[in-house]
Amino acid sequence: MATTVHQPPQIDPQRLPDHGHSGNDGGRNLVPGDGGRRVALEYSPPPSSTAMWVVLYAITMMFAAFTSALIVRKGSSLDWRTFKLPSILFLNTGLLLASGVTLEVSRRRIAAFLRNLENKVRNPARWLLVTFFLGLLFVAGQYVAWSQLSAQGLYLATNPSSSFFYVLTATHALHVLGGLAGLGYVIRKLSKSSLRRSTLDATAHYWHFMDALWLYLLLLLWIKV
Amino acid sequence: MPDISAPAAQHQAPTSFIRKHVFSLDHKVIGKQYYALALLAALSGMVLSWLMRIHLGWTNARIPGLQWLSKNGAPGDVMTPEFYLQLMTMHGTIMVFFVLTTAPFAAFGNYFLPIQVGAEDMPFPRFNMMSFWVTFMAFLVLMLSFFLGDGPTLGGWTQYAPLNAVGAVAGPGQGLGVVLWATSIGLFCIGQLLGSLNFISTTLDLRVKGMSLMRLPLSAWAWFITSCMGLTAFAVLMPACILVILDHLAGTSFFVASGLVLNDQLVPHSGGSTLLWQHLFWFFGHPEVYIAIVPGIGIVSHVLMANMRKPMLSQRVIIYCMGALAVLSYMVYGHHMFVSGMNPISALAFSFPTLVITIPATITVLIWVFSLYGSRLRINSASLFALGFISMFVSGGVSGFFLAQPSIDIMLHATYFVVGHFHMVMGVAAMFGIFAGTYFWFPKMTGRMMNETLGKVHFWLSFVGTYCIFMPFHYLGMAGNVRRYSSFPEDYLQPLIPVHRLITIAALLTGAAQLIFVYNLVHSRFRGQSAPDNPWEATSLEWSTATPPPFDNFGGKHPVVYHDPYQYGVESSVGDYVMQASPEQVKSGQEEK
Repeated sequence: MATTVHQPPQIDPQRLPDHGHSGNDGGRNLVPGDGGRRVALEYSPPPSSTAMWVVLYAITMMFAAFTSALIVRKGSSLDWRTFKLPSILFLNTGLLLASGVTLEVSRRRIAAFLRNLENKVRNPARWLLVTFFLGLLFVAGQYVAWSQLSAQGLYLATNPSSSFFYVLTATHALHVLGGLAGLGYVIRKLSKSSLRRSTLDATAHYWHFMDALWLYLLLLLWIKV
Repeated sequence: MPDISAPAAQHQAPTSFIRKHVFSLDHKVIGKQYYALALLAALSGMVLSWLMRIHLGWTNARIPGLQWLSKNGAPGDVMTPEFYLQLMTMHGTIMVFFVLTTAPFAAFGNYFLPIQVGAEDMPFPRFNMMSFWVTFMAFLVLMLSFFLGDGPTLGGWTQYAPLNAVGAVAGPGQGLGVVLWATSIGLFCIGQLLGSLNFISTTLDLRVKGMSLMRLPLSAWAWFITSCMGLTAFAVLMPACILVILDHLAGTSFFVASGLVLNDQLVPHSGGSTLLWQHLFWFFGHPEVYIAIVPGIGIVSHVLMANMRKPMLSQRVIIYCMGALAVLSYMVYGHHMFVSGMNPISALAFSFPTLVITIPATITVLIWVFSLYGSRLRINSASLFALGFISMFVSGGVSGFFLAQPSIDIMLHATYFVVGHFHMVMGVAAMFGIFAGTYFWFPKMTGRMMNETLGKVHFWLSFVGTYCIFMPFHYLGMAGNVRRYSSFPEDYLQPLIPVHRLITIAALLTGAAQLIFVYNLVHSRFRGQSAPDNPWEATSLEWSTATPPPFDNFGGKHPVVYHDPYQYGVESSVGDYVMQASPEQVKSGQEEK
């Protein structure tokens, strides 16, 4: 009687993984093996970039909800009274847009600084400080706009139009304050020479998004309020 | 050959008690914290449902000690109608948010998602810690409303406007109670957004070498899809909560119509839109149903394959179906508003995708059933609860076909038929998913096995019990029994009271059966048989590390992945399976295409 002897399966412990069947391969997060300060500084671990897009998506959904609420609320009743937007808002818009430009300037300078060109770039944080200052001015300007409106007798509960104006601008201002905190963190890290490129990039994406969001809100308020 | 595994040391193991067990940055501890919170919430929600059921069966029954919970709500230990509504609101809110969202998604997801992708932790451990503690605060704020003023809100977990925005004039709990409710839910949204942020980054960025997206286990896919849904849903619910709080505290009029007279008082608001709240709420509320159930689909598939000893007919189709459920869940929310005064044409527009969403759900069930066909299923507590999940998902889903059609829904809306429908498909099915996950993963989480005999007793009592509770709900609904009534003095409802009594007895017994589970959980945690690293002979990465996993999950190394997650029913050196991290070659033709 013949017997069948099963061969034990061959195991190759040195085998490299293939790339799976579809989708991108994993393993992108592994820290480069050769180390070194320059590599560590240039190296961008992707999670902060992914996370920033996730955050921006959530903020987009939040303001989409506010926008649809505004449109439904305006369409469903007869008590909506329009008012003229305080003109300081346009000055604030200019400040915020300028801060976007200064942030880009500082990003270029910091990139050069991180490429070990320290001798050419002195004080790379200077333009970041300018950006920070412009952001602060924007928030202060929004505060002035609120006080101008309340001086006219338009408070949060006066009319749905003013309610939405305060809710939208205040929520945006809170998010700008969050961005300022991020900028402060970047400046502190830069002064300690421990700034990661990805942190700077994520903060910059957030800040530019605040710019774009404000332009959208200004347009919405200008048309609807 | 280069060393392809890389050192993993994102953060150091904590030494102090507080960092280790309280404000821990470790995703495994945070997952357990979420589980404990969900267990606490589930027990509170269950006790509330007991109180409600006793009142529905025997309206004037004295419930000893009830007065202690609320002096005004239960004078002489007899429940008032208002207090019944308050208990119902809290039962719904606690169960939907703090159990069905927290346990299958936040608890198991936190513990196992990083391990299943091969990471040593989530990318943002501090946000992760915040996510739990914010959620815990949300729970405390909600429970606080039992002890302040006139008790918690009575508006139901959906908190319809204008009742949610007019203030204390609308009844007990409608002043401060609603503010606390909205604050709690707003906080909960922040917690879940922080959690989703981590889940998405973990899945996309922290996969180890060889772990392509299609090699993720189905449970990891389910958590990833759920976090995308949560991100969209909770980002919309939060502004809605902010607007409600402003209507209360700042005197705005977002949701309160003008000229509203309540309890003979003119409400000082003007021109708000009551439908606006429903739109904002259900845009969150319907996806929330899938946030509760999709992790269950993933967990059940994961558990079943380990016990069937063969892969599903198609993992890929299940992934696509979960994705389709997620996308469609945002297009169907109007079916909650068929009788809210929406344009009939928009009702039709919402009815169509509602029927379409049953297609991916049906495909998933068919894949399960046909994969089970002919398999030699290992019967244990986890696989029994997975089968129970399928049963509940089908039984509860079938009634959805009826409710999806506006003409039928006009009759059945706000009756016990709807209550039966969502309790089965969303409540009990998701709970069974949680139980399946618990029995399956408990050995990995604690290093000890659960008692199988107690687990099987728990399953059969729960399975029969929940059918006894929720099947009669459908009958009550068709007989015209409206939900949210605290008693049934009307002539046409009186003959239904015996049915309510039957349900009450079934609910008390089924609830008591859950104590077996709690006992099993606590007893096994300390006295259970110690568990090997891979007790179920399963293949995914969580089973290739030690039990319980070390602080950095894989002992200072990143594993490397060679296979699809479910290599069961193959010839190998260890048995009939090949682990994802094993470099062993699987005979060609056996690996999933």
